Amino acid sequence: MSKKQELTPQEKKELDAREEKTVAGKFYVPGTDIFETGDAITMAMEMPGVNRENIDIKLEKRQLSVQGHIDFDNYDDFKPVYTEYNVGHFSRSFTLSSEIDTENINASVADGVLTLVLPKARETQLRKIQVN
Amino acid sequence: MVRLFTNPIDNLLTLQKALADTMTSDWFGSGLSSRGGVPPINIFQQDGEYAIIAELPGVDRKDIDIDVQRNRIRISGQKQVDYGEGASVHRRERQTGAFDRTFATPFALDADKVKAEYNDGILALSLPRAEQDKPRSINIS
Repeated sequence: MSKKQELTPQEKKELDAREEKTVAGKFYVPGTDIFETGDAITMAMEMPGVNRENIDIKLEKRQLSVQGHIDFDNYDDFKPVYTEYNVGHFSRSFTLSSEIDTENINASVADGVLTLVLPKARETQLRKIQVN
Repeated sequence: MVRLFTNPIDNLLTLQKALADTMTSDWFGSGLSSRGGVPPINIFQQDGEYAIIAELPGVDRKDIDIDVQRNRIRISGQKQVDYGEGASVHRRERQTGAFDRTFATPFALDADKVKAEYNDGILALSLPRAEQDKPRSINIS
């Protein structure tokens, strides 16, 4: 009894900014998956329409903040006829736990999804202990 | 106290006009297709040509199917997210599953010239109007 899973329309969540932005335009919160494997924590953030060059990742102490900017020039001579979703920049911050090896964070982008691989610091990796 | 120097009636009229425009849109007015559904689309006009833009982040381009038949366009496919073996998931906000949507253009379509591009998670379809459907001016002899 396996029913095919269907996507349902998902409303974009607008950013509830605690600080003022210097760029005009709306900001949305990118939908994010966070999962953990043996040696790393991976974050996948959906930022459709954001080009690789327009992604800004900042790490200050343990505060990781990610911003993706939309290039609105692409829409310059487009006249909207019918619209279902709004277009805006993306912004989101996370506080990393101290167990992350902040020197070796790896970022890659594919099909509008930013993937950050945060390697765990060596001393916090799971060790299996054999019972003698 | 902050004063806002905008005319509330202006705002209301703009809103009312926007609502009326959506309700009477040729794209979804009397056809069979409905608003809503996945992927959400925006339709733009540019120099008399139309373009449909949809956000499909994280979908492999091989998993997107586009069919054109007369003036109907179908966008369907599958979105998959792979966490890798043995991963424990802390936060799951991205959706996965199938999507399928069909709509009709309010003009005859040149099916051979429909173009699709997929970049940075955005699908863009350009929809050229069929030559015989374009308005023509007739000279009086």
